[in-house]
Amino acid sequence: MNRINQKLQEDKKLLSIYFTAGYPELDNTVTIIQNLEKSGVDMIEIGLPFSDPLADGPTIQASSTQALKNGMTTDVLFKQLKDIRKSVNIPLIIMGYFNPILQYGVEAFSKKCAEIGIDGLIIPDLPIEVYNEAYKTVFEKYKLLNIFLITPQTSGERIRFIDSVSNGFIYMVSSASVTGNSSGFGEEQTQYFKRIANMKLKNPQIVGFGISDNKTFLQATQDAKGAIIGSAFIKHLSKFGTNKIPEYIKQITKL
Amino acid sequence: MSYNINNKGYYGEFGGAFIPEMLYPNVEELRQNYLKVMAEPEFQKEFDKLLKDYVGRPSPLYFAKRLSAKYNTKIYLKREDLNHTGAHKINNTIGQILMAKRLGKQRIIAETGAGQHGVATATVCALMGLECIVYMGEIDIARQAPNVARMKMLGATVIPAVSGSKTLKDATNEAIRDWINNPVDTHYIIGSVVGPHPYPDMVARFQAVVSKEIQWQLKEQEGKTKPDYVIACVGGGSNAAGAYYHFLEDTNVKLIAAEAAGKGIQSGESAATSVLGNEGIIHGSKSLLMQTKDGQITEPYSISAGLDYPGIGPMHAHLYKTGRAEFISITDDEAMKAGLELCKLEGIIPAIESSHALAIFEQKTFKPNDVVVLSLSGRGDKDLETYINYFNL
Repeated sequence: MNRINQKLQEDKKLLSIYFTAGYPELDNTVTIIQNLEKSGVDMIEIGLPFSDPLADGPTIQASSTQALKNGMTTDVLFKQLKDIRKSVNIPLIIMGYFNPILQYGVEAFSKKCAEIGIDGLIIPDLPIEVYNEAYKTVFEKYKLLNIFLITPQTSGERIRFIDSVSNGFIYMVSSASVTGNSSGFGEEQTQYFKRIANMKLKNPQIVGFGISDNKTFLQATQDAKGAIIGSAFIKHLSKFGTNKIPEYIKQITKL
Repeated sequence: MSYNINNKGYYGEFGGAFIPEMLYPNVEELRQNYLKVMAEPEFQKEFDKLLKDYVGRPSPLYFAKRLSAKYNTKIYLKREDLNHTGAHKINNTIGQILMAKRLGKQRIIAETGAGQHGVATATVCALMGLECIVYMGEIDIARQAPNVARMKMLGATVIPAVSGSKTLKDATNEAIRDWINNPVDTHYIIGSVVGPHPYPDMVARFQAVVSKEIQWQLKEQEGKTKPDYVIACVGGGSNAAGAYYHFLEDTNVKLIAAEAAGKGIQSGESAATSVLGNEGIIHGSKSLLMQTKDGQITEPYSISAGLDYPGIGPMHAHLYKTGRAEFISITDDEAMKAGLELCKLEGIIPAIESSHALAIFEQKTFKPNDVVVLSLSGRGDKDLETYINYFNL
């Protein structure tokens, strides 16, 4: 069974952390992953930096620009991750925009992910229709789960469709927003979380965007299975580098 | 072989809508409505009336006698430079502002490079009394001060794009992000035949008025509706799309696209996408774009801000790939020389974008009886400073 599916069966609320590979320093990738696992994080999204990340706000974009300047490429990332499964057991997901994956070759990219032990992919600008038609069989061949996003504007019908194609979890974007934007959840979000919970989807949901501390983590995971922190963690890395990751995670989960 | 868009939003293998889910409802709303709205007689009437009374259409199709004599062929200039705001851009913004109103949008956003599309958008927002926000790269704001002032005078808010390379592609990213953050009340007026489906098709249809007029104007002057050649410059490609549109399926009409070679194809400072680019995804559509081998989008260069874009619209990628259009790269120097030549021969100061199209006559020989229509997409007022510096005027 895929590590993501296994993790989702655990009786707890999950914390997933996103970071941009190659930031703040080119060679931080493995250190960050190992520290996150030791700190009790349940899942990690490794961001493959892109020059034009449409769905991301200023924090993640700036980290991507810096990572590219530092020399991060798809090949470099794969080299860094080569032996990652010797030391890390939690699910690892690569999050990246479609163009760099397309240039690498979707099949070659998937094969490499499988060799390394990557469990899933999040490709925000690969539409579900194109995935179904052209890439689903490739992803399945290499046992990679493709994670799709829903937003407060996604229609009920489309959510059902996305649920039917998904085979892991649904990435639930908390508000109409790029990453790193909102501060705290209001009534609108709470209702949206409830509405989705009431749909009783086959895939659990993990909430992303707008989660930055213990309060927003608890709010987001009241109904959902877990939550993802990205921009707030990048800000932490900007300040402290790879130091103090356990302290940072502790103040989120308060465990 | 069709050169138009298919029912899935592709030109051959190019096009589509490679967008994050956050944009899906916005783009889908537009996709479901744009053809329906454009087909409404009331919409058509309002669009045509504004093009006539406000933009000043039809724009003349002018037989350029002295230019024709010099190159020993029959050259007609389609005078988009005489439109209100000085370029073809306004055809699209008039169409899209009417579309936005039909869809009940209150707030308009746009991206701009040199500021021409920003000015054209600010203009129609003033006309309709809608809020207007224009994203413009910080570097472009510094080098295009007069257009920034124009937009402000027209009531628009100009927001600097400070991310990435701080130019047009980043302004486009910022506009898309704004749209993600404001999914319900906002319409995004894209300035070229780029972006996710249905934008390339919608913009092409609004610009199609150009080739429609060419047909009847040519009939009046030459006794036939078809030219032998249509020449246009291509950055994103909206003026070319408009000038080609009604001739796309008629292969007797040969299409020529002038691309910006900048300081030369191999100089590292170029915007000749057909030569230097390859297939990939840019701003939500599959097309040809300039990128590293890792798929990072690179920064183009041209002396002309309007051609300084790392991709081309999917329609043009298809026209290039199928050989339907001939792409010719024009350097800064060749364009500047051709621009000055038009001034001296015809008394018309062209935009540097259009000067790239004019430079084709030095590259390619036409027969004396060929009827060649060239899209003179914009006027040169905005480029005066560049002309002054280049020629030490």
